[in-house]
Amino acid sequence: MVAPPAAPGTRRATSRGRRSGSLIWMALPALLVFVAFAVVPLLGVLFLSFTSWDGIGVIRPAGFDSWRSVLADPGLPHALWVTFVVIALSWAVQTPLSILLGVFLAGHQRYREFLAVLFFIPLLLSSVAIAITYKALLDPNFGLGAGLHIPLLTQDWLGQARLAMGVIIFVVSWQFIPFHTLIYQGAVRQIPRSMYEAAQLDGAGRVRMFFRITLPQLKYTIITSSTLMVVGSLVFFDLIFVLTEGGPGDATRNLALDMYKRGFQANLMGQASAIAVILVLVGLALALLLRRIGGGSSSTSQLEGV
Amino acid sequence: MATSLRAGARQAAGGQKRRSRGRGARRPNWLAGVVGWLWLLIVLLPIYWIVITSFKTQSNYFQTNPLAPPTAPTLENYQVVIEADFARYFINSVIVALGAIVPAVLVSFMAAYAIVRAGDQWLLRSANSLFLMGLAIPLQAAIIPVYLIIIRLHLYDTLLAIILPSIAFAIPLSVLVLSNFIRDVPKELFDSMRVDGASEWVTLWHLAFPLTRPALVTVSIYNGLAIWNGFLLPLILIQSPEQRTLPLALWAFQGQYSVNVPAVLASVVLTTLPILILYVIGRRQLLSGLTAGFSK
Repeated sequence: MVAPPAAPGTRRATSRGRRSGSLIWMALPALLVFVAFAVVPLLGVLFLSFTSWDGIGVIRPAGFDSWRSVLADPGLPHALWVTFVVIALSWAVQTPLSILLGVFLAGHQRYREFLAVLFFIPLLLSSVAIAITYKALLDPNFGLGAGLHIPLLTQDWLGQARLAMGVIIFVVSWQFIPFHTLIYQGAVRQIPRSMYEAAQLDGAGRVRMFFRITLPQLKYTIITSSTLMVVGSLVFFDLIFVLTEGGPGDATRNLALDMYKRGFQANLMGQASAIAVILVLVGLALALLLRRIGGGSSSTSQLEGV
Repeated sequence: MATSLRAGARQAAGGQKRRSRGRGARRPNWLAGVVGWLWLLIVLLPIYWIVITSFKTQSNYFQTNPLAPPTAPTLENYQVVIEADFARYFINSVIVALGAIVPAVLVSFMAAYAIVRAGDQWLLRSANSLFLMGLAIPLQAAIIPVYLIIIRLHLYDTLLAIILPSIAFAIPLSVLVLSNFIRDVPKELFDSMRVDGASEWVTLWHLAFPLTRPALVTVSIYNGLAIWNGFLLPLILIQSPEQRTLPLALWAFQGQYSVNVPAVLASVVLTTLPILILYVIGRRQLLSGLTAGFSK
């Protein structure tokens, strides 16, 4: 359908003005709520990092005090290191497995469709439910290992620094591999069949096809999935909080837990806000880095989905 | 509508694929197969253990093989959980989820429509960029000022305290997904509405809303699951037991009953059940909702 012949200029201008007026009204509620409860807090956290506040009483300006104590505290490099280890290990475990499983589940065989139904169940559980389950499962006295009388499984899983970190990486993978598998499954199904058929005519084997066709075709999906993983594991809180509360000692105390403990347990909101600012800065740096690695503008539209 | 179309296309692709698989079947993809079945075991073992253990008595649990099904199944663990006021927590969770999803999706839809229809209008363009930047704001980093704002609004320890920030943090992704969807609506449809003299509000409700329904469902599911399972907001903004949502109640229950493993696991089963039922009813929609804008 074609627009009618141009209406007189003035009338059109006023009606357009009225239209964009009502459009602004439509966007206003979302804008207000978003500014009040997301943008203002983000700016507020920077402001609060220059104050001293115990969470209940009066907020007092404190200059750089919080920053000085946070930056001088050896807890900060440790928390940064733990955060980095969680990001790196959970990425390294999840990415190859998710790609393999995504390729596997992209097949349309009946049994694979059935397996997919079961595979995605962890997506439905809350982090708290998952953490509670594994806490009970791995308990050295009441858990699965003790019940089966298998010494190898009957360790103090959450009581030793390295084991606790391993458990966290495992549980994180258990929770999130299904999500990334789902993304890869969709992406693999979109690869044109003709590419494989052509390669097959050339006598290419399955491994070769995987590395020459599947993996390159998944490039942007890998970037999207990796960005979600990295940005997500940067702020892991629920799972670690319920599993170990940052312990044993501070072996699994990442930035998000460090912020929570300083703010809501030690009542040092100024210092906790400084940690939150660092969290935002690290997040921005990582997102920019991943965008750089992804290279080119064609990936921006997908990265914006983060 | 779009989902059924997509499913149709997928089936067509499936038919094609099966044929070509037939040729490749001589060399099965054993690595993916092994990983696939192994992962299935890893996924199912804890779930199986949760379910069978939740039907065991506490003494039975310590005496028998933990992987054997209960010899005398009991519902007493579920009774313990229900007596611990879980019905109230369930209602709280429903209130928070509905109270956040419905307004979040509605205001995001209106904003997405306005952003798409406005084109170059500077105010709405900058609103759009603001929402896009908002995708990068982690809730964890903003939680302290959110706590302060909630206290100052005298909303601390109310369900509204969870609802308002939940709406705010659901908006950016919802606007992104919905505006991408509205952008695909043929321009001629909007033009013909304008020729008929319809205002933007009429066009919004009578044209864009029905056409956007699949994306609205997607966005609702994605946000719904995130809010239903959310833990940080209730942990920080709720104090009294009767205002708890399910994840917070689960955590508190676990702290209280940690020795009673069957009861703790019964609470896990009970809180997951509603979503599991939804999964059985609408698996495809739920799964496509989960990947919202990511699997494009």
